[in-house]
Amino acid sequence: MSGMIIQGKTGDWEVICGLEIHCQILSKSKIFSGASTHYGSEVNENVSFIDAGMPGMLPTLNEECVSQAVKTGLGLNAKINNYSAFARKNYFYADLPQGYQITQFQYPIVGEGFVKIELENGETKDIGIERLHIEQDAGKSIHDISPTKSFIDLNRAGVGLMEIVTKPDFRSPEEAGAFLRKLRSIVRYLGTCDGNMDEGSMRCDVNVSVRKVGEDGFRTRNEMKNVNSVKFVMQAIEFEARRHVEVYESGGQIEQETRQFNPTTCTTKAMRKKEYAHDYRYFPEPDLPPLVLSDEYINNIKNDMVELPDAKKERFVKELGLTPYDASVICENKEVAEFFEKAASGHDAKKVANWLMGDFFAMLNEKKITLAESPISAENLGALVELVSKNVINGKTAKDVFAIMAATGEAPEKIVEEKGLKQVTDVGAIEKVVDEILANNQANVEAYKAGKTNLIGWFVGQVMKASQGKANPEVVNKLLKQKLG
Amino acid sequence: MMTDLTELTIAEASAGLKKKEFTAVELTEAYIANMDKHRNLNAYVCETPDKAIAQAKISQEKINSGQGGDLEGIPLGIKDLFCTKGIATTACSNILKGFVPPYESTVTANLLQAGANFLGKLNLDEFAMGGSNETSAFGPVINPWSKDVPLVPGGSSGGSAAAVAANMCAAATGTDTGGSIRQPAAFCGVTGIKPTYGRCSRYGIIAFASSLDQAGPIAKDVTDCAIMLKAMAGFDNKDSTSSQQPVPDFCKVLGADIKGMRIGIPKEYRVDGLNSEIASYWDKAAAMLKDKGAEIVEISLPHTKYALAVYYIIAPAEASSNLARYDGLRYGNRVDGEHLDDMYTNSRTAGFGKEVKRRIMIGTYVLSAGYYDAYYLKAQKVRRLIRDDFIKAFEKCDVILTPTAPSAAFAIGDESMQKDPITMWLNDIFTVSVSLAGLPAMSLPIGLNHDGLPLGMQIIGKSFDEENVFKAGYCLEQQAGFKRK
Repeated sequence: MSGMIIQGKTGDWEVICGLEIHCQILSKSKIFSGASTHYGSEVNENVSFIDAGMPGMLPTLNEECVSQAVKTGLGLNAKINNYSAFARKNYFYADLPQGYQITQFQYPIVGEGFVKIELENGETKDIGIERLHIEQDAGKSIHDISPTKSFIDLNRAGVGLMEIVTKPDFRSPEEAGAFLRKLRSIVRYLGTCDGNMDEGSMRCDVNVSVRKVGEDGFRTRNEMKNVNSVKFVMQAIEFEARRHVEVYESGGQIEQETRQFNPTTCTTKAMRKKEYAHDYRYFPEPDLPPLVLSDEYINNIKNDMVELPDAKKERFVKELGLTPYDASVICENKEVAEFFEKAASGHDAKKVANWLMGDFFAMLNEKKITLAESPISAENLGALVELVSKNVINGKTAKDVFAIMAATGEAPEKIVEEKGLKQVTDVGAIEKVVDEILANNQANVEAYKAGKTNLIGWFVGQVMKASQGKANPEVVNKLLKQKLG
Repeated sequence: MMTDLTELTIAEASAGLKKKEFTAVELTEAYIANMDKHRNLNAYVCETPDKAIAQAKISQEKINSGQGGDLEGIPLGIKDLFCTKGIATTACSNILKGFVPPYESTVTANLLQAGANFLGKLNLDEFAMGGSNETSAFGPVINPWSKDVPLVPGGSSGGSAAAVAANMCAAATGTDTGGSIRQPAAFCGVTGIKPTYGRCSRYGIIAFASSLDQAGPIAKDVTDCAIMLKAMAGFDNKDSTSSQQPVPDFCKVLGADIKGMRIGIPKEYRVDGLNSEIASYWDKAAAMLKDKGAEIVEISLPHTKYALAVYYIIAPAEASSNLARYDGLRYGNRVDGEHLDDMYTNSRTAGFGKEVKRRIMIGTYVLSAGYYDAYYLKAQKVRRLIRDDFIKAFEKCDVILTPTAPSAAFAIGDESMQKDPITMWLNDIFTVSVSLAGLPAMSLPIGLNHDGLPLGMQIIGKSFDEENVFKAGYCLEQQAGFKRK
């Protein structure tokens, strides 16, 4: 049970939440014009006559955006609709040059699907997808340059968006957070959206309501627009759910309204009430014929799909013996999973996973670098694990070798060779050192024999020190125990 | 001095140019002189004689070297709804005052490619909304057939029809949404054809009602319409609703035998109170075709009676959305206000005329929540029934013959029309059903009424079967022997 229960004065309350996520489609040009989608261009540099809503201009559908949406739909285990159609959503705003947004309303390109999420307690849950539709983004209004003027940047106007609507399946902030991370992982695997919430290429609207445990149906929900990080989404759900409970328990009612989440105070405040809501006057877009996709077209995309995180995770568990938890951590990010697979190839995969998730990630964090910038290659990480597996070096030496690899980027074999770090496994040689240590520390030998058996660690340390860390610790242990009786 | 060059049809002028009887510059200058002479008609809202002459010079060089397109050296007038690069384009609305497009519409680009030169931009009803050219921000156009009282030329392509009738251009472009080519052609005693929806690209034509708008020519006779349409039409990847159907050489069918051609006469079009002169010309026209071997068959278009109502829901609905972009922000006329909404209100209040405002209001209303199903959705359903009527009727006939308009040209400022806009809208009664069905239809002059004013007949064809329309039209033209003004 991963649901969040709020204990109120009148009883237990359950949180109900659904998400609407706008994902900017990764495509060379905009969805209805040939203008570039490049992020970070000069203001109003990527604007065609179509994007600017010039008289007589007509939209034409960019096929790349269609295939990206289909790919994403398949990634959400969803039904791809052979027939979909565009509609106009009419409203006036300065950064909406046409005076309407071209979107899909009644007939979305993707229908129902689901996304499997993993929770901290090891449980999994399927979150239902209601639909995915494609539409154009608006431009940006900039109000903080001048006190009396607003400025408009149309670079973003007309960039393709996928709006993904979930079913109201979330019962806790944790589930919503896990879903967003999973969704981000899926679109990044597919290369259909870069998933950067802080840059606005993935934006989330959060719908929240509460109900008494055991109650049927849903109560009035509130929507919070454009919450721009996973953490904020989770905070917004928590705050809003508690607010609802408070309102109900103090005898009030929740009105349907749009609210804004303030990340600084972690609270929400009303933006506009339903009676001021826009009437968008949706109607079929007459400039674009319906979008008809053949089964062949859809199948071609299906056959061309990359392995998605769920499938990869399953494979890592089954074929490489990873724990489900390790596998899902490694598979969240496609680059990490690929790095891991390369590193693990031919070596002990579980040990590689431990190194990757432990020392390796710690090293990246410490150096504040990305995986791609890592001085340690996947091959070298694998080779290091192999040296330990083959008893060429022991675990302690491996940590030292790793540190050198992180500093120099050199291959572990080379480091071990040059620094003479090869582990001593010759029992005779180790025995000589053990005997020497025992002979020089008779007092401790007596103490051990008298019952202070925890002195074994001190003896091991002395032997290791004397062998400059190269002695095989297992052999050392065995010999010491033998000789100390 | 040879005959007045402006009297010549395109076919005659092209022959004369090829035979070097006169030059393209002389031809163009003759038209420019006529434009000057008939300036009182107010047909042109922007004259570009210098550009026309410069083009004519280039054309003459091509003709001299035995090259050139189908319209080489032919001076045309362009309805001011077509965006023309570097030439002011206003849709005859104050809101677009001063707008100079940095791009060329596909249709005008095609005409330039064929060798035509442009004498200027022609008057129309504001945003093509009107049937008399009286809603133009540049004032009404006077029908060249006027005697004592100034008569309307029809609309919305009033400037185009009047300019062709008064020999102020060899031919003109028009657009037709509910009859805007055919009705003015009928009122001015000239010939015009609205081709099948999708035949001409709408790219660069200022949109009125996207699912209905089609470009077509208004010319001195059927042959010239065939030459013009061939040059204007064709697939355009910038307009997703343009058709990939190949464009036939319409001239090839002119003069072909019509023996056995089945001419449909819709019984529902014999509305009560149909003008007796028009009714009698309709009978005469049928008889003329029958004389040439055609078969006259009665057909039924039972849903025609709803066409006007359907049209005045769908066209304003689309218009209300299409005209949202005229907000004073990026181009055209801006009237400042304290807030953004004030600026919108002020700019649009000052920029749009009464009829345009009326249609935006109607369109906004029929699309609004709670009314959409009762109006827009129902209208779409009836639109399908109207189209199905035609499909069924065309099982029994090859073309359909009807009058173009229920009356001859009326006086400018006609009281009953001014009082009740519905009276004006009734002008479209014979033309709108064809537009709703997306079919090709031609209007050609059949004779004069008792006041000496021209009356038009409409020939409707199957989808993408302009050839039979031209065939029947040419035959009727020969039989009627109408003398142009």
